[in-house]
Amino acid sequence: MSEVINPGLSAAVQAAPAGEILLVAERITRRFGGLVANQDVCVTLPRGKVHVLLGPNGAGKSTCINMLSGDLPPSEGTIHFMGKDITGLSAAQRSQVGIGRSYQRTNIFPKFTVLENVRLAAQSRRQQPWRIFSKAMKQQWALEKARACIEEAGLGAKVDWIAGVLSHGEQRQLEIAMVLATDAQVMLLDEPLAGMGSDESARMVEVLKRLKPSRAILLVEHDMDAVFAVADTITVMVNGQVLESGPPAQIKASVAVQQAYLGQEDSFHV
Amino acid sequence: MSSLNSMIFKLAGLALLACVPLTGESFYVELAAKTLVLAIFAMSLDLLVGFTGLVSFGHAAYFGVAAYAVALLSPKYEAASLWYVLPASVGLSALAALVVGLFVLRTKGIYFIMVTLAFAQLAFFVFHDTPLGGGSDGIYLNVKPSAEIAGWVPFELDNATHLYYFILGALVVVYAFLARILQSPFGRVLVGIKSNEHRMQSMGYLTFRYKLAAFTLAGGLGGIAGFLYAVVFGFVTPELLSWHQSGNVLLMVILGGMGNLVGAVAGAFVFTGMQEVFGSWTKHWQLVMGCVIVAAVLFMPGGLSAVPARIKRALQGGGSNE
Repeated sequence: MSEVINPGLSAAVQAAPAGEILLVAERITRRFGGLVANQDVCVTLPRGKVHVLLGPNGAGKSTCINMLSGDLPPSEGTIHFMGKDITGLSAAQRSQVGIGRSYQRTNIFPKFTVLENVRLAAQSRRQQPWRIFSKAMKQQWALEKARACIEEAGLGAKVDWIAGVLSHGEQRQLEIAMVLATDAQVMLLDEPLAGMGSDESARMVEVLKRLKPSRAILLVEHDMDAVFAVADTITVMVNGQVLESGPPAQIKASVAVQQAYLGQEDSFHV
Repeated sequence: MSSLNSMIFKLAGLALLACVPLTGESFYVELAAKTLVLAIFAMSLDLLVGFTGLVSFGHAAYFGVAAYAVALLSPKYEAASLWYVLPASVGLSALAALVVGLFVLRTKGIYFIMVTLAFAQLAFFVFHDTPLGGGSDGIYLNVKPSAEIAGWVPFELDNATHLYYFILGALVVVYAFLARILQSPFGRVLVGIKSNEHRMQSMGYLTFRYKLAAFTLAGGLGGIAGFLYAVVFGFVTPELLSWHQSGNVLLMVILGGMGNLVGAVAGAFVFTGMQEVFGSWTKHWQLVMGCVIVAAVLFMPGGLSAVPARIKRALQGGGSNE
């Protein structure tokens, strides 16, 4: 595995105290016409912790991530990043303050190489659009950062591949590399392990554990082994509302969660 | 094509173009000059269509604004200075594109196509129906701009050969400029926007600004073509801004292969060539041309610029299986 730890963040950020609250969403609600996709959802993301969103399909997990990342404006509620109200910021502006995300459906530049995908992400941190006569491929800092992030995400052997021909799991890794390259302090990861083989999955869990100390991570995930391997806090959502939120042990023991999840499963078996 | 082959191909093409005035046939020199102007125009549109993913159906507006600007800024019976009217007319078309871009870039897809067309029609009627543009007859540019700098005259645009080489030089400069900026971080962002604008935004790019810069730049470069057109023909009419003109340049880009600057130049040559050849056969040349374009789109995906790779594949694989 790579020696580069947290290549995306500066030394100052990495030295920041763990436990510092980075992102707070208070009672965010999102309506689509008459449908309430999220109601009064509260999420707190401290640095150094992995917060997992669980819930059946349609529970509103992706809607929640979309509101945090700026892809969807909330109908009600506020979102603060390091004490600043960012509710009104667009996705691009939130990326600039330090909130990065990956998507449930792979969202990359399929015709570009792996390197170019991540290099573009790195370039976004120091945009100099007026320098139209400089060569992008001569910006060493962006190339170096891109390579480090690709290595970190475990794609080092595929740097020069065209992204579109990578396996599904590798494309998920590429997404992580892209988020890393944007220096995201808050990482919102929508099902990063979906469709991965067990080896890939285990490697991604290792990556997440390595990234965790200097960042706040929100994870939507269905793979229970992975969830309990990395989660510090679990929030269970049902029908757009938070059913229960707490440490993994509490969630495991919760009667309400068992009814929501296991209850359904029982009914299948009966 | 390897980069060496491609370089040889471009230099050979350039050498061929440089030889045109040696024929001494003024008809062909003027035809080639007109085609070079359209090639510059097509390259400027390719920056939007082929590299940024913005299909503008109103690019003739910026061509026309610059063309009218030369005619309007030049005194009636004496020469204006080239070093004043060229930047002024190009600047005006870039400004027009900047203002229009502020509105149209808020839309996407088919709406973008329609709104760019609407603004171009607006510009068309400004020159067609107001005293400014001299109506459907247009305006004459009686005297071509003078290149004089403090008493020294490096070349004369009155001279057809000088004008031809001036236009060829402009083509090379515009090509080199576009090729260079496409390699810059700015250019990479444009190509990223074409590929996946949503992802660019989630990575922190305010894509609207980049698209506006590209739209303005394309308008200005289209203005260079419009300027040269007015100088070559000595008069401007509202037809220069018409949607036919916007459609023609779009066809040149598509024929040549979107996202390839040399392709845009080739597209302009094939397009004008077809106009001339079919026009000499029949009055209904547009019918023939339409059929050829439909066939080209169906059987030549990727346009002319994809042809070398297809030939290579066919030779290596002993036949294409597409």
